[in-house]
Amino acid sequence: MYSEKVMDHFNNPRNVGELKDANGIGQVGNSVCGDIMKIFVKIEDGIVVDTSFKTFGCGAAIATSSMATELIKGKTVKEALRLSNKAVAEALDGLPPAKMHCSVLAEEGIKSAIEDYYKKQGIELETVLKADEE
Amino acid sequence: MSGIIYADNAATTRLSRCALDAMMPFLTDDFGNPSTVYAPGRTAKKAVESARFKVAAAIGAKPEEIYFTAGGTESDNWAIKSTAALKKEKGKHIISTAIEHHAVLHTLQSLQKRGYEVTFLGVDRAGNISLEELRSAIRPDTILITVMTANNEIGTILPVKEIGEIAHEAGVLFHSDAVQAVGHIPINVAQMNIDLLSLSGHKFKGPKGVGALYVKKGLRLPSGMHGGAQERGLRSGTENVPGIVGLAAALEDAVTHIDANMTKVSVMRDALIKGLTKIPHSRLTGDPVNRLPGTASFVFECIEGESMVLLLDQNGICASSGSACSSGSLDPSHVLLAIGLPHEIAHGSLRLTINEDNTQEDIDTILEKMPRIIQRLRDMSPLWEEKNAEVK
Repeated sequence: MYSEKVMDHFNNPRNVGELKDANGIGQVGNSVCGDIMKIFVKIEDGIVVDTSFKTFGCGAAIATSSMATELIKGKTVKEALRLSNKAVAEALDGLPPAKMHCSVLAEEGIKSAIEDYYKKQGIELETVLKADEE
Repeated sequence: MSGIIYADNAATTRLSRCALDAMMPFLTDDFGNPSTVYAPGRTAKKAVESARFKVAAAIGAKPEEIYFTAGGTESDNWAIKSTAALKKEKGKHIISTAIEHHAVLHTLQSLQKRGYEVTFLGVDRAGNISLEELRSAIRPDTILITVMTANNEIGTILPVKEIGEIAHEAGVLFHSDAVQAVGHIPINVAQMNIDLLSLSGHKFKGPKGVGALYVKKGLRLPSGMHGGAQERGLRSGTENVPGIVGLAAALEDAVTHIDANMTKVSVMRDALIKGLTKIPHSRLTGDPVNRLPGTASFVFECIEGESMVLLLDQNGICASSGSACSSGSLDPSHVLLAIGLPHEIAHGSLRLTINEDNTQEDIDTILEKMPRIIQRLRDMSPLWEEKNAEVK
């Protein structure tokens, strides 16, 4: 059973589609498992100014993609990197236990898109994270 | 449920009016226990015996060969476990298929843990087994062949009569899970060489929680439930009188109208198949010809089944899917994998199961809504994007 919020984000997904001027794109999951998320980010001056997604997967996969992109939009890259799968699930008023992996995928998708952004700048995500810790 | 198009009749069906009417007295005034000697008990007993007569007539059995149970799952468990116990001196080998319902599959797996050996015959793309393969799988220690009459996910009808013949030539007992078939296609246990057959009330517009096991006369099957010795000592527990009466009324009705229903339903099914396989990158699952009259099952590439089911629900249409997300595991259904579908395509399965209560308008609505639902999901699917890039 899905929460009202999950159903809302599934029925009316936010930020769905390709982001034409994205400067970071991440794709996680695989078709064998039945979930693939492609996350697009546009980062300017350390801020995620825009983001979108394309997802192949179940209701929870689509809803977590929608919610995760909502949660990082307008946030700093550092904040976006700190987005946890639990935060995505909580924002959706919870997910059935069998669907928690969808929220993990959403978290990984965001990280992967940001990693791609840094890679294009010639920066490893690891160094960014380390600098952040210090 | 007004305004809803119900196309998941393989999951369960709406109780028929005739079943409800038959049940009502036993839910109200005629509440007696069939094991008692006074008048209300006798009324209940008579009703159960009359139901047994009707069920027997519907499947070509004798009344004393019918035992009422709590449903298809119990019938399958009882038939398989008790046969295994009965024949353990002869051997511990059982033959089945890769596409059985979980009630059979998991029962067999429980026996495997207790030292029984099970050969699961593979199926071809259409979901059919090879009779040659079946023949060569039989060993001196084979005690049971259990093969479903028709598959619940892809609708394929299996060659039960021939399987029974092969079993009997080899002196092996034959059980068939006919839960999806009874009331929908003609079944005659005698002509079809069946020793044990499971059926379930709610699949043919009877009530839930009641089923039956046919046990061929002379087969001394051990008791499935110990207690007060109801059902001639083989299945104890006070009879579910309203359930039994409802099951029998629904089955009698189904069998009386079986020819007309099969014609009507298969015409609507074929319209669904014709319309939905026009959608690019879609295909029918199961045998194209030899299939249940009401089952239209498909896979649509690049989208996931549960998402389709949810969007259909949003449009007032009830359907189901064998995708991983619907099954609660990470793998798509064992049936879709057994017919050779790759994981990524099996995830996009959809099953529409109709019956005689559906109308041509229902079919038209489904055919109108489906392409839009599929396009909507494909538009947001990265797999679809990749597929189109390949084409270009």
